Amino acid sequence: MSVDHFDEAGTAVQAALDAGARYADARVMLRRTETMSARDGDIEDLSSDESAGIGVRALVGSSWGFYAVPDLSGAAARAAGRRAAEIAAASALVPGPAIDLNPAAAVTASWASGCEIDPLSVPLSVKGDLLVAATAAARDAGADLAEGIYQIWDTRKWFASSDGHRIDQHIRECGAGITASAYGDGEIQRRSWPSHRGQYGTRGWELVDELALTDNAARMADEARALLTAPLCPSGETTLILGGEQLALQIHESVGHAIELDRILGWEAAFAGTSWLDLDQLGTLRYGSDLMNITIDPTIPGALGSFGYDDEGSPAVKRDAVRNGRWVGVLAGRDSAAMAGLDYAGSVRSDGWARLPMVRMTNVGLEPGPHTLDEIIAATDDGVLMDINRSWSIDDRRLNFQFGCEIGYEIKNGRRGRMLRNPTYTGIGPKFWQSMDMLSSESIAWGTPNCGKGQPGQVGHTGHPAAPARFTNVRVGVRS
Amino acid sequence: MSVELDIAGRVIELVRRLAGAGAEAEVLAGHSAEALTRFANSAIHQNVADATTTVRLRLHLDGRTAAGSTTVTGADGLESLVERTIAASRLSPPDSAWTGLTPPDALRPAAGFDEATAAATPQDRAERVRDFVRAAGGLETAGFCRTSYTSGGFANTAGHAVQGRAAEAAMDGIARLDGADGVARRASGRLADLDGAALGVRAAAKARAGGRPIELPPGRYEVILEPTAVADILGNLATFGFNGKAFAQHQSFAELGAQQFDDAITIVDEPLGATLPFDLEGTPRDALVLVRDGTTSAVSHDRTSAAEAGAASTGHASEGSRSWGPIAANPCLAPGPDAADSDSADSEPGDGPTEASARALVARMRRGLLITDFWYTRVLDQKSLVITGLTRNGVWLVEDGEVTAAVGNMRFTQSYPQALGPGAVLGLGAEAVAMPDRWSGVRYTAPALHLRSWNLTGNASG
Repeated sequence: MSVDHFDEAGTAVQAALDAGARYADARVMLRRTETMSARDGDIEDLSSDESAGIGVRALVGSSWGFYAVPDLSGAAARAAGRRAAEIAAASALVPGPAIDLNPAAAVTASWASGCEIDPLSVPLSVKGDLLVAATAAARDAGADLAEGIYQIWDTRKWFASSDGHRIDQHIRECGAGITASAYGDGEIQRRSWPSHRGQYGTRGWELVDELALTDNAARMADEARALLTAPLCPSGETTLILGGEQLALQIHESVGHAIELDRILGWEAAFAGTSWLDLDQLGTLRYGSDLMNITIDPTIPGALGSFGYDDEGSPAVKRDAVRNGRWVGVLAGRDSAAMAGLDYAGSVRSDGWARLPMVRMTNVGLEPGPHTLDEIIAATDDGVLMDINRSWSIDDRRLNFQFGCEIGYEIKNGRRGRMLRNPTYTGIGPKFWQSMDMLSSESIAWGTPNCGKGQPGQVGHTGHPAAPARFTNVRVGVRS
Repeated sequence: MSVELDIAGRVIELVRRLAGAGAEAEVLAGHSAEALTRFANSAIHQNVADATTTVRLRLHLDGRTAAGSTTVTGADGLESLVERTIAASRLSPPDSAWTGLTPPDALRPAAGFDEATAAATPQDRAERVRDFVRAAGGLETAGFCRTSYTSGGFANTAGHAVQGRAAEAAMDGIARLDGADGVARRASGRLADLDGAALGVRAAAKARAGGRPIELPPGRYEVILEPTAVADILGNLATFGFNGKAFAQHQSFAELGAQQFDDAITIVDEPLGATLPFDLEGTPRDALVLVRDGTTSAVSHDRTSAAEAGAASTGHASEGSRSWGPIAANPCLAPGPDAADSDSADSEPGDGPTEASARALVARMRRGLLITDFWYTRVLDQKSLVITGLTRNGVWLVEDGEVTAAVGNMRFTQSYPQALGPGAVLGLGAEAVAMPDRWSGVRYTAPALHLRSWNLTGNASG
């Protein structure tokens, strides 16, 4: 990078220390984003946005103070550092136990995500033509409404801390997707490709090219229309086979959020919620069946939750969250891990320079199993296959969930049968995961670009490797 | 002239110079200063603030449209914004749906602006947190106290130029006891209106009444929803039902002029005082009656959805409204008639689990559930607005006008318009309460709501 911003970050850190902070860090971030959406063969919206600023985190007593401004001058950085410490100091009115930080070695490093085709360098006309063609193809094939979207994030950040970190990163993310809707008598059916909100990763435009949006548009329209007259998903308990995309969101909601240490410690109790997990059971609690192996792995090339270093300078490291069905690890930051007596961190991120970094999922995924989806279907006498998420909801302790999928299929005597409309399933997390008895090897790292958490609200980018899997005795077909 | 209006005017001049007289452009320069003091485990653990000016430009040039924004507001940053937006517009596909610019129009009179809220300090917020924590009487507490200030200036090449500002405060907290959570939340244009101690007392009373919950079987129950739960209904109706784009695309249940709700239901969007007095396209905001006496009377529009529906913009353009649709951000459900004759309405806030707005309704209910809050609600079918979600922060069984037992949280799967349909509303609380959403500028105002039936589809067993 020709210009760096370590000086401004360092200035802010020193100002916070001078103002009384016992630890401080600062991130300068420059982010360019580009979003285009299309509808029925026309471009609907195009926005190219640029954001630059510095966010300073200061630890005083038992509280973090944070202040952010879009001004990158040295004077502004100094003022921001002082302000962060002052804000933290005001918290002394309602103090808690002192916050400690796990020790961290000072790191000086640069990191960049992989990128074959810079997505911002692809001409807008090319990107527009793609969305126009894909949505026109779905419309021509009978969709009542065809929509498409791509999003690009190009982020450069410079991180400095009072522990001596000097880390710069360049992370490029992008993705795209299309949806075909068909209108029936009082209801709407949708089919999306390749996922309910598209596929995203820390990659270049080659990811979007691989999605073959236009090639799949007509099939999405056909399936949406077919769903209008398909029989309803039956109600009752049955064997459930989930496609990988839906399982990715199941992992996100019922495992990823549950293993966030800030939730377990009660720091998110009023909003995002807590967790059913109790630290006393770390290492012994049975979360799922022996097939359940969940990893936290921000090192996966191209996955949406990948990075070189998190937003407090901890290096990306792969570790276990669930091994052979037992809960063994959490998503943590330096402060939460210290409070819990754990010797690691590495999962703290912020959605921009103006937000306080917090515990966030990286790539939380299910290791693949020995089968194929076809083998799982062939081994199932009676059940339902569901895929592509349509709705998601789970309680504040991450136990009681209900998901809806875009499409379902009847499974009878080892064969995929009729299409099923409005498939839903519901359950309680550990009971559900303990019923997983077959797992496919066909894993894809699905990207989730809209994970909400925190106050003020932040939007996180996460990745979830997942493969189709089978679960027994699951309640399906919940009705209004 | 505000700083923001000056910036907007300078960008318009840049557009004229760099793109020529044929360009149509609109600019909103908005300064946002948000501060939030967050507490958990009865201590402040995060205390944050930021101050950002964002300049957003939309440009229509030679039949093509592009938009862009920047937080780099020096001369170079603004020129760069204009140059790249011009370049983007030239590479964009034709925009056949362009509706032109908002013509000059006067702003509607807005409520007063509270300087003290705009200038609130971390100490101001911490004092309210301290009061909340103390009032909870030793129960574990968590939540936030927030203040925000927004100043905006808008200008377009059609000669329309407006400016305005808004301030807001909000407090939201829970108290916890033996696994039971109680909540209290309020929003206001004045921080001085937020009483941390009163909110702490209310949250603690709920938590204390939530112990030893029973588990009820799924089924249809008569319910009283407290304002905190009704806020979720208003939010989902506004987002998916009264959304002008969803309406134009036939994805909404809304039928203008049709009696779709019980005649006790009147919903009005009241943006003035809560946010800037104009939208992203410069359209002046005003009160918008969405439902009057049960009849759907309007949906929210920006210029694009309005043109598609053959209507006029209602001042609901936002950054994402062309893609996601224009959404009413300040819906208010009108309260019921005065219930001062009810003895229970005179109870103190620390008495039992019931919010003041719900007490008269509880006194009249033979058997049903008192529900405090909804959580993680998601749409299963947009047209009928069938939603699944969970209860949170307290549910109680009511029998013969008395709360008789705490109930464990339950899942529901319910069409919201159907639940509020003709004949479905048994009563409304007399007090409407303003409550914050996650984002400043968004608030829901509601009384308690007594409904004939709510479809609860699960409990802790599954």
